[in-house]
Amino acid sequence: MHAPFHPFSKQPSFSRRVEKAAFWIVRLATYAILAAAFVIFIQISYKGAQTVFRTSFPFINTEFLMESPATLYVFEWEGKKMEMDDDAFRAFRQEHPDAQISANSYAHSAGGIFPCIVGTVLLVGGSMVIALFLGVSSAIYLNEYARDGRAIRLVRLAILNLAGVPSIVFGLFGFGLFVIFFGWNVSLLAGWFTLALMVLPVVITASEESLKTVPPGMREASLALGATRWQTIRTNVLPYALPGILTSSILSIARVAGETAPIMFTAAYMVSDKLPWDVEKVSDFFFQPVMALPYHIYVVSSKIPQNEYTERVQYGTAFVFLVVVALIALASVLFRLRLRKKLQW
Amino acid sequence: MTDTLPLQTPPAQTAPAPAIEIDRFDFYYGAFQALHEITLTMPVGQVTALIGPSGCGKSTLLRCLNRMNDLVLGARIGAGEVRIHGTNIYGNEIDPIELRKKVGMVFQKSNPFPKSIYENVIYGLRLQGRKKRAELDEVVERSLRGAALWDEVKDRLHTSGLSLSGGQQQRLCIARAIAVEPEILLMDEPCSALDPVATSKVEELIFDLKKQYTIVIVTHNMQQAGRCSDYTGFFYLGRLVELDRTEKIFTNPSQKQTEDYITGRFG
Repeated sequence: MHAPFHPFSKQPSFSRRVEKAAFWIVRLATYAILAAAFVIFIQISYKGAQTVFRTSFPFINTEFLMESPATLYVFEWEGKKMEMDDDAFRAFRQEHPDAQISANSYAHSAGGIFPCIVGTVLLVGGSMVIALFLGVSSAIYLNEYARDGRAIRLVRLAILNLAGVPSIVFGLFGFGLFVIFFGWNVSLLAGWFTLALMVLPVVITASEESLKTVPPGMREASLALGATRWQTIRTNVLPYALPGILTSSILSIARVAGETAPIMFTAAYMVSDKLPWDVEKVSDFFFQPVMALPYHIYVVSSKIPQNEYTERVQYGTAFVFLVVVALIALASVLFRLRLRKKLQW
Repeated sequence: MTDTLPLQTPPAQTAPAPAIEIDRFDFYYGAFQALHEITLTMPVGQVTALIGPSGCGKSTLLRCLNRMNDLVLGARIGAGEVRIHGTNIYGNEIDPIELRKKVGMVFQKSNPFPKSIYENVIYGLRLQGRKKRAELDEVVERSLRGAALWDEVKDRLHTSGLSLSGGQQQRLCIARAIAVEPEILLMDEPCSALDPVATSKVEELIFDLKKQYTIVIVTHNMQQAGRCSDYTGFFYLGRLVELDRTEKIFTNPSQKQTEDYITGRFG
């Protein structure tokens, strides 16, 4: 079996051939990810850009970005194909009261998605504030104060379990607790807390990891100068851990923005006539349902027929959604850079 | 809490007054007994060096003096007392935070904060809520002069403390410790990460600092103990084998074990 050892053999040895094969397998597997990412991004961008951008000034479809959804009416008129939204269609009918018009109507396919953009930004903002506050606080407690014991092990077990819960279960839980039991109804507030609970395990774990990267010498030096533990954490641990915490939280932002299941019973409505700030009392703001991009995508891709008219809003929304998530992430990256600049490493 | 801790130096006596008295002190990490019946006194205004092989308890003892060991999981006192200027620092009424203001510490690994040199020095004062610019400026200059660093950094006080060299960083840590005006300065192998030039600078500094502070230094370097201390204590396996004037320890120790260690026959 063994080939005679020959240092100048041109034939690669068996183990070299195995290595080569393994190398190509792992390499191609890596490229497959790249291909998948490209296909998704290019398809969404290509189709979505047709909805969002215009070839003539102002180059952006402001109607799509700045207006509420409306129903699209499609009909034939004097041999021409007409597309109109609610208002235009109503006006058209008044102009031609005698005409026999048989129009196909497609919900959500005209107008824009402005309320969804606003709703998603509000949901992400509020839930990240709650998740960061709860997550960073408990990470500080677990990492800086708590001494290992049965209670702490139970807490860690709970965090692990929470991380494994499917998002639809969070939705159901939020519905049961916040919507029904607390009586918040389907509201922004219920959505915030449901989403926050969903990403809490990620935020806690990430915050703990960041706190652990702060060298123990920093804490000791501060304590040895007569600082209390809280002073030490506030002035000499948290500032150094914060950039790391934010880095990992960016991933949570994408998740919070993207999840449909937790908000479909707790915060999102298919249609909301008013924009979130059109409220009578300030407190109403928190107790109103909102529209949200992921839920809107779900609605327009599953509740209305699939054809060339509805495709525009489907891909347009998906494209805008990607851009919105990217912008929120970019904002937190910039914030992180600013924080880091204050430190003098 | 400050009132309960009378750390003023008692009136001068013929023999140097004790700054630290340790009395039959037992200390445990969980089930492991790290210190056995340590009894010793360290006089005011003198440098006491603690030597001994790794794991002999000298650093543990040092960290008991400002109660840094409180923070270690499972650390506890078995028996005995540690008195600083006559007050038992493990007494119920003692706040370790106040204690640490009076008993400063310099660590083995220099650990300046990622802040400016200026902010590093006044960190302890900021904690106490002192804000007056003039006062802080004065403390910075005094502390940096005290740590023999002023001339090297006076033109760049607002650059990062981490931009300094290793030896300068360690002196910055010393400046930071003396900025809060402690009475006792604990040094845990302060030169172990420094080159010989930086080491000699820190040693000169120790020699100057003892005019104002009682210094306890843990070192692995016996020449260093010989050069800069007045008293030397030799530890082995959690016990104090011998504590005496440094000249005596290094020329004529009364214990055979000490002599063996110093001459390099073991350890």
